[in-house]
Amino acid sequence: MSNDLSPKERLAIERTKMPEQPANERVTNFKEVNLGLAEEAAIREARRCLMCKKRPCVDGCPVAVRIPEFLARVAEGDFAGGAAILLVDNALPCTTGRVCPQEVQCEKTCVRGAKGDPVAVGWLERFVADWAAEHMEPPKPPAERTGKNVCVVGSGPGGLTAAGELARMGHDVTIFEALHASGGVLRYGIPEFRLPKKIVDREVANLEALGVKIEYNVIVGKTITVSQIMEEFDACFIANGAGLPMFLNIPGENFKGVYSANEYLTRVNLMGAWKGENSRTPIARGAAAVVFGGGNTAMDAVRTARRLGSDPAVLAYRRSRAEMPARVEEIHHAEEEGVRFDFLVAPLEILGGLDGWVRGVRLQRMELGEPDASGRRRPVPIEGSEFELPADIVVVAIGINANPVLTKACPELKVNKWGNILVDENGQTSIPGVFAGGDIVRGGATVILAMGDGKTAAKSIDAYLKNK
Amino acid sequence: MFEVVSNEVLAPKVHRLVLKVPRVAKTRQPGQFVIVRANDQSERIPLTIADADAKSGTITIIVQAIGPGTEEIVNTAAGQGLRDVAGPLGHPTHLEKWGKVVCVGGGVGTAVLYPLAAAAAKAGNEVTTIIGGRSEPFVILRNELAAFGEVLVTTEDGSLGTKGFVTAILQELLDDPARRPDAIFAVGPVPMMAAVVKIVPEEIPTLVSLNPIMVDGTGMCGGCRVTVGGEVKFACVDGPEFDGHAVDFKELMNRQATYTDNQHCRIGLDKK
Ligand SMILES: Cc1cc2nc3c(=O)[nH]c(=O)nc-3n(C[C@H](O)[C@H](O)[C@H](O)COP(=O)(O)OP(=O)(O)OC[C@H]3O[C@@H](n4cnc5c(N)ncnc54)[C@H](O)[C@@H]3O)c2cc1C
Ligand code: FES
Repeated sequence: MSNDLSPKERLAIERTKMPEQPANERVTNFKEVNLGLAEEAAIREARRCLMCKKRPCVDGCPVAVRIPEFLARVAEGDFAGGAAILLVDNALPCTTGRVCPQEVQCEKTCVRGAKGDPVAVGWLERFVADWAAEHMEPPKPPAERTGKNVCVVGSGPGGLTAAGELARMGHDVTIFEALHASGGVLRYGIPEFRLPKKIVDREVANLEALGVKIEYNVIVGKTITVSQIMEEFDACFIANGAGLPMFLNIPGENFKGVYSANEYLTRVNLMGAWKGENSRTPIARGAAAVVFGGGNTAMDAVRTARRLGSDPAVLAYRRSRAEMPARVEEIHHAEEEGVRFDFLVAPLEILGGLDGWVRGVRLQRMELGEPDASGRRRPVPIEGSEFELPADIVVVAIGINANPVLTKACPELKVNKWGNILVDENGQTSIPGVFAGGDIVRGGATVILAMGDGKTAAKSIDAYLKNK
Repeated sequence: MFEVVSNEVLAPKVHRLVLKVPRVAKTRQPGQFVIVRANDQSERIPLTIADADAKSGTITIIVQAIGPGTEEIVNTAAGQGLRDVAGPLGHPTHLEKWGKVVCVGGGVGTAVLYPLAAAAAKAGNEVTTIIGGRSEPFVILRNELAAFGEVLVTTEDGSLGTKGFVTAILQELLDDPARRPDAIFAVGPVPMMAAVVKIVPEEIPTLVSLNPIMVDGTGMCGGCRVTVGGEVKFACVDGPEFDGHAVDFKELMNRQATYTDNQHCRIGLDKK
């Protein structure tokens, strides 16, 4: 069988390529960029795995997916077997296969990466997960019930993961979600062209099949407080994300046409403004767009602006390419789509016209100085280097702070000076029975870390309920 | 789904709806609002909670149909449902026993004013209300507001009450030492609130309730940002009520017009 391949034979196989929508076509639509691997390509790619004993890829994965084991099944063409392993370790693999920064996780530690290309673990994860979604039955709630009920706050990746794990343990789970739709950032932030919403719908449908109830329009801290939740439920997991956009605090930020990335992306994704005429929610379109930031959010915003017709769509980042926190694949895709990158520039002012609309931005060039606390070289302004760029749309994507709506209404919940909820190693907060995870604990982080927190918390909650 | 218990017409295109939203009815305080989506395609519309009854689990909203989102809401008959009602959002009104409180309402802003007037009266204030409208049919809640004190009416065409604007009457009260207000609530179109603030001396606390464009209503998008006292605030979580003397009304009016004037967007806007 394929797993009898010699290391030499495995090494001889070249990394596969992801079939993509051509760049000139995809800038005119919101359809997914990556088309997914064909079965033969997936099998061939999985055979590149050397099945090494040390399994550094597993250590590189924040939720320790048993990568070589599921790859071994794929290499044999046993996709169901691969899926069975993957799904135990990762509750939302269709999602993480698309949005995880594999290049700094599993694919970074892959031994094949030392000399050449690492195994395309992310693409294979996506392949197996999509295969499973198409071919496997939705899960069923376990017959044995614990009689305990748990409340999950927020339906982002952290909340969805915890809810799924808890439901599989036989607990009754209710999610309270502030918005009218599930998924958190997966729904309102990450665009359709990177993560089709039918995938989020499917993941949520699977949870509902497990018996998870979702109550929308419940803003914890406003509609109900954490203490009231603890009167109705046996335990609670808070995963309400970070959700408070930072602005630049420079003059002109309130001209028409200036958006936070959250607003820009929410209008386009959650409210469906990408559908153009078929959407009730408007979005301003501009000939020239400038997006500030260098992370995934900035990348999603600038590629969205490109698709809404902006040319140039410029990404202006304070540091250089090497410091960009965005996924490498997104940077690459954005370049193919004609997004212009302006590195080492800092915004000084947003310029507006007499009509109240933004008309441009004034920037200053920077150079890299000494490393700062994060170890990254700090950008310092170059005097006399100010310049202007025209802009009809400006999107600010420089990060998020913790949203205080929930925590302010619950003073017993201990937070750090940035407002992030403090938890112990089991994910438990300062209130017994109340656990937390995801961006509200970590600040803006990643989907997989939020999911990892959801998984840890589910285990801790299960233990807590057994001892209660 | 949230059931519409009743739906009546108050004025042309202005409806009063009673909705069954037990969780909101239980916790709501004066000055707070909900976000309503009539159906799965609709926009998220922020609407003040005019009244609530925790026992029956109902809230009252007053809605003026000015676009597709609000039209879908007013066209939902009693017995039917609204897809989403989220709240209560925003800070409750800051209330004190000031003494004489004058409440100034313009157009459908009177609906936002109503719970504030009720709360001010409940807090032991002597309430006088000035409401204005284009003409008689646009003057709403006159009888309801009369329960809290004197109601003075102005219309632009003189078809009801005094001909002119609310500011003329407010000026009379300000000039009359016996009736001079100790605090003012003003809610209505931005030009009206700006005009009120302009004639009120700074020493009289003047609260205005702002209605910038909102999306989520929970502080997540920043679309509702307003400048108050030189600082950027999110109206949905820091407001919606602010010290009128500190609000940058010009900026607010500009931002409110984002999706109504499309000549400056070179590719053009999606339709409203
Ligand atoms: C545009 C964008 C692109 C990104 N791209 C990537 C990527 O490619 N890869 C990656 O790994 N990470 C990415 N991230 C980061 C990632 O999305 C987050 O780290 C992750 O979603 C955090 O998950 P969460 O469950 O903690 O919170 P969220 O996904 O933020 O979900 C929180 C949920 O809670 C709800 N909520 C908030 N407050 C309340 C309340 N008071 N009561 C009830 N419900 C509430 C919210 O409406 C939301 O549905 C991106 C982020 C953004 C914004
Ligand atoms: S409406 Fe989005 S932050 Fe206020």
